[in-house]
Amino acid sequence: MAEAAIPRAAEHPPYLAHHFSDIEQQNEAGTLGMWVFLVTEIMFFGGLFAGYTIYRYLYLPGFEAGSRLLEVQFGAINTAVLIGSSLTMALAVRSAQLGRRKALIGFLVLTILLGLVFLGVKFNFEWIHDYHEHLVPGMGFSHPGPHEPAIQLFFCFYFFMTGLHALHMIVGVGIMAVLIAMAARGKFDGGHYSPIEVSGLYWHFVDIVWIFLFPLLYLVGGRY
Amino acid sequence: MTGHVVPVRVYVGIFLALLVLTGLTTGVAFVDLGPWNTVAALAIAGVKMMLVALFFMHLRWSSSLTRIVVLAGFFWLAILIAFTLTDVGTRYWSPTPQGWTAPTPAPAAQR
Repeated sequence: MAEAAIPRAAEHPPYLAHHFSDIEQQNEAGTLGMWVFLVTEIMFFGGLFAGYTIYRYLYLPGFEAGSRLLEVQFGAINTAVLIGSSLTMALAVRSAQLGRRKALIGFLVLTILLGLVFLGVKFNFEWIHDYHEHLVPGMGFSHPGPHEPAIQLFFCFYFFMTGLHALHMIVGVGIMAVLIAMAARGKFDGGHYSPIEVSGLYWHFVDIVWIFLFPLLYLVGGRY
Repeated sequence: MTGHVVPVRVYVGIFLALLVLTGLTTGVAFVDLGPWNTVAALAIAGVKMMLVALFFMHLRWSSSLTRIVVLAGFFWLAILIAFTLTDVGTRYWSPTPQGWTAPTPAPAAQR
């Protein structure tokens, strides 16, 4: 009886739920589940992208004028920062796969720092600047000219889309902080890296959203 | 047990490619290409998305089931945007071209 229990315990490590036959199956289910969630996120952001497309089609000159009011260098810098955070996140997943705890924690900390740099640039150099320029709808918006209502509409989309994206970034930073605490307690030693993998999928998804927001908001108005 | 471990140089290569594409899309925005500016911006963003999804998100090494789920998501997004645009773009009656109007009957008052 006691001898029979030993191989069972070895086959079923504590992180393997009893309804999965092996760790491969559990990881596969976790990855698929995360992708299903990300598909709902695609539709969530997709509504905003569809709305933006339609109103840009209806009020093209105003949207182009609004786009040119954004400062392209901050958008480009933030794109590079976010791509860098995706690299550190991918390397964090790799460290977890190889069971390198210190490297995992280091790359997760770097990911958080780059995420905070992105949010800092957004708040300090862009949104506050927009507020002082009276470009925030509902908070004293004023940009006299023939396209004023359409420009206000553009900025509604700008703040909803970048705001929702920033909210996802803040959630992501929180997830990374939890992962660091779990990694520090040795939760991911010995081949159990699925939580890192699926959190990485979330982080890269938020990166992809920005990869589309940057050209749509900052660039397609034409900078020439 | 540990899934597919991607070499570091692949990740760094993808990172550098993404930085180059970011520079390219920013640079193209300063050149007047007419409607092709929007096409170029979206095409470059699409390539960047593919690089992130295939390599950083491991779709290149994922199971077919996961890939089908992702494709279905983007297909549904395409339906959302394409069908909404076909509605909004065709809401107003086009003006009837000249010569297509029915001949007006002769006024009855002259008889």
